[in-house]
Amino acid sequence: MEEYNVPLNIEETVENDVPSGKEEHGENDVLLKVEDLKVSFFTPAGEVKAVDGISYTLGYNEVMGIVGESGSGKSVEAYSIIGLLQNPGKVIGGKVEFEGEDLLAYTPEQMRQFRGNKVSMIFQNPMTCLNPVYTIGNQLMEALTCHNSKPAKKKDENGEPSPEGEEPEEEEYTHVSKQEARQRAIEMLELVGINNAEKRMDQYPHEFSGGMRQRAMIAMALICRPKLLIADEPTTALDVTIQAQILELMKDLQKKENTSIIFITHNLGVVAEICDRVSVMYAGRIVEQGKVNDIFYNPQHPYTKRLLASIPRLDEETTERLVPIEGTPIDLLNPPEGCNFGPRCSECMKICLRQKPPFAEVGEGHISACWLHYKDMIDKGEAEK
Amino acid sequence: MGSYILKRIVGSIFILLLIMVVTFLLMNAIPGSPFLTEKSTPEQIAMAEAKYGLDKPLHIQLWNYIKSYLKGDLGTSLKMQEGTPVKDIIFRQGKFILSIKLGIYSLLLAILVGIPLGCLAAYFRGSWLDGCLRVITTVGVAIPGFVLAALLLIAFSVKIPIFPTKSGNLPNFKSYVLPVISLSSYYTCYIAKLMRTSMLDAINQDYIRTARAKGVKTRSIILKHALRNSLIPVITYLGPVTAGIITGSFVVESTFSVPGLGKYFVQCVLSRDYPIIMATTVVLSALVIIMMLVVDIVYKIVDPRITLTAKED
Repeated sequence: MEEYNVPLNIEETVENDVPSGKEEHGENDVLLKVEDLKVSFFTPAGEVKAVDGISYTLGYNEVMGIVGESGSGKSVEAYSIIGLLQNPGKVIGGKVEFEGEDLLAYTPEQMRQFRGNKVSMIFQNPMTCLNPVYTIGNQLMEALTCHNSKPAKKKDENGEPSPEGEEPEEEEYTHVSKQEARQRAIEMLELVGINNAEKRMDQYPHEFSGGMRQRAMIAMALICRPKLLIADEPTTALDVTIQAQILELMKDLQKKENTSIIFITHNLGVVAEICDRVSVMYAGRIVEQGKVNDIFYNPQHPYTKRLLASIPRLDEETTERLVPIEGTPIDLLNPPEGCNFGPRCSECMKICLRQKPPFAEVGEGHISACWLHYKDMIDKGEAEK
Repeated sequence: MGSYILKRIVGSIFILLLIMVVTFLLMNAIPGSPFLTEKSTPEQIAMAEAKYGLDKPLHIQLWNYIKSYLKGDLGTSLKMQEGTPVKDIIFRQGKFILSIKLGIYSLLLAILVGIPLGCLAAYFRGSWLDGCLRVITTVGVAIPGFVLAALLLIAFSVKIPIFPTKSGNLPNFKSYVLPVISLSSYYTCYIAKLMRTSMLDAINQDYIRTARAKGVKTRSIILKHALRNSLIPVITYLGPVTAGIITGSFVVESTFSVPGLGKYFVQCVLSRDYPIIMATTVVLSALVIIMMLVVDIVYKIVDPRITLTAKED
């Protein structure tokens, strides 16, 4: 892992040669600050605490991985940052600050302007994420033109976009002209490594392969030069060779465009490849957070340890068996009183079942939420302050 | 595209021939003769039949029909307007135009009301609006057109006389209202239901999430991204709707005393006026076939993934 970025102590070491108008940012500048974010789904069966108080900060140019198994709340957390949470999901507490602005206080219109412009997102399945009935070019250009906030004149009432029309949006604005948008879209397609971009612009998603579509998605996400890209399992639906290409591309673009990335995945290999820092999530909570090397070579939380033990390694004896994590994830409808991982933890203690563990700083910028770190204090009977 | 349309037209000719054969066999399967009256003697009937070639073997009669149709000659009426060319009866006397007007307005109403209603119901799903629309559309689909026609007639022509009881030659807007509503209610409601389901399906697709993530406006998401995708199943349904509305006009024309082709057609069947039955069937079939072709082409325009020519291989 290249050390061009120091987590929790952010330095900008990449030279800013892209004319993106981005200012230099100081050491401790924070792009995104999530504080005690709580998201619940109110279902007929009861409240499901999908995200139960997570906090982290993300610096400029930083790539943070969020790993966890299915249902651990990683995607929900990302959706609530960008305001894409759908009913019955609701943010019920916490704070999300982006460059010092409180995102949760944004009006829907402010949020819409913000999405795709300052923060954009790419998704898991490129096969279904592009609208099949519009050309790639149209969809790319739309990402740009829908942020032209100053309509020349109010044409909304009579200038209704026709559903059959290819570009019903364009005439309404003067900010970025259609030609400019097209030019930029072609540039973006070339940037993400799509050959023959001019011709590709006028093709439909079904004429693209899976890898190409994900490239187009990335181009679309980065077309407005966002400061943050949220990648929700962008390589999961692709086969390994394409996965590697897409990761390479994202790494490359991250440096070129100076974009921070939140990389959500359940693939630890991908995390090692691209991330500076990793948050491990389990059942709606972050259990361990640290630099990528700390997480991989010095995991502290039992869940992280077990997770790492369950993936095959190249350097291990072939006779070695993989160790699965026994049991199943907890029922989020009835979360346990104590540590969420407690019921599955081989080192579970009495206190683990009674009280949620607080974070312990186990290294520089490396935190882990486990009672084991307080074992000495517990032995002395001091823990339950 | 051009060669595709050409192929379809050539194919249609064979379909029309098949329709002629079936129609011919069916109308000859009904007992009776156009010349049968209370007073006519068997000799008179035989003479009249010989005059129009009805005494010849069936296959010869059929062949004669086909030959004259290929020449563009639809024959002459045997009974209803004896001796008048069928072409004049259908096209010159305004019957066809009346029926087509009713049909087109009903089709437009079904599309222009059904689709927005479906969109509204989907967009406000779970709300009182959605609930009301669900009740209305379910009732609309359940009530047959002729029952609705009678109910509308009693309510809005007899009890509250807003609209005329006899629409006649459709001289003004008022005379259109009740027939068009009766004819299109089922299809309007069905399209609304179909649209609701298909819109809901579209709204939950990944590409809608992508559009939201891009920051596209809600209005644009619905009207641009969701609508076009959700129209695809509705367009598929429009082919059968056209056929249904055209055949459905028979009942509505009778109820509202519109002297259209539908009503006339029923009278012709009752009096065994064979050439008119044949001509009407062929003309309406041709209309339906054309509409099906139009639907297929619109389908292709809306959904670029569809390749029309692949079907031919």
